[in-house]
Amino acid sequence: MIVVTREPLDTEAVTATVREHSNGGIAVFLGTTRDNSSGHGVLYLEYEAYEEMALTMLERIAGEIRDRWDGTSVSIAHRFGKLEIGEISLLVAVGSPHRVAAFEACQYTVDRIKQDVPIWKKEVFADGEIWVGREGKPRPVSR
Amino acid sequence: MVQSMRVIVRLFAMLREKAGTSQFNIELPKTSTVTDLSRLVEERFPGVLSSAPFAMVAVNAEYVTEDHFLHDNDEVAFIPPVSGGCGNHERYWLS
Repeated sequence: MIVVTREPLDTEAVTATVREHSNGGIAVFLGTTRDNSSGHGVLYLEYEAYEEMALTMLERIAGEIRDRWDGTSVSIAHRFGKLEIGEISLLVAVGSPHRVAAFEACQYTVDRIKQDVPIWKKEVFADGEIWVGREGKPRPVSR
Repeated sequence: MVQSMRVIVRLFAMLREKAGTSQFNIELPKTSTVTDLSRLVEERFPGVLSSAPFAMVAVNAEYVTEDHFLHDNDEVAFIPPVSGGCGNHERYWLS
């Protein structure tokens, strides 16, 4: 199950999609929105997605997981739009016959999502806002 | 006579905000590359693309290199550095 949605993520429902009798364990990762950024208080976050491409990339990552860790099943749900502090922005659930593979595959999935899936995050503060990016060096962007 | 084509340009995140639009069409000569298109976008929206030198480009939802040749009706997305998921990332100050 691969989802990119504005709606709140349902942990139980997503996890249920990788519950199989052949699994010995399910590793679940929840990415949650933090109330501060390097000490600055964050009011809320805005996520923006290139939905069609994000879905394609997430499907591809799920395929990589199944190829690398035999017998695993993976579901990924990513939210976008305005998120309040403490909400779930990302949910990854990996079911596997053995727990080590579940943990490894879950971590790999989260790391891959940060690399090249076209979803952006903006932190909004009382006195400004920042688009958060992964590559390159921080540089000022004037409006 | 040089034949022309039309591509759909999509901008996201800081690029969208800086340009003030998320999508527009551009006419350009056939056999143009991503580099040619970038030049036209920069002409129309000065300072936008140059503000995100690490942006990548996707054509029809697949990442491409700058020398990629465009075709009529391609959807070309300029993808500034992504931050899907969560965790620590570089920060792009806006204000």
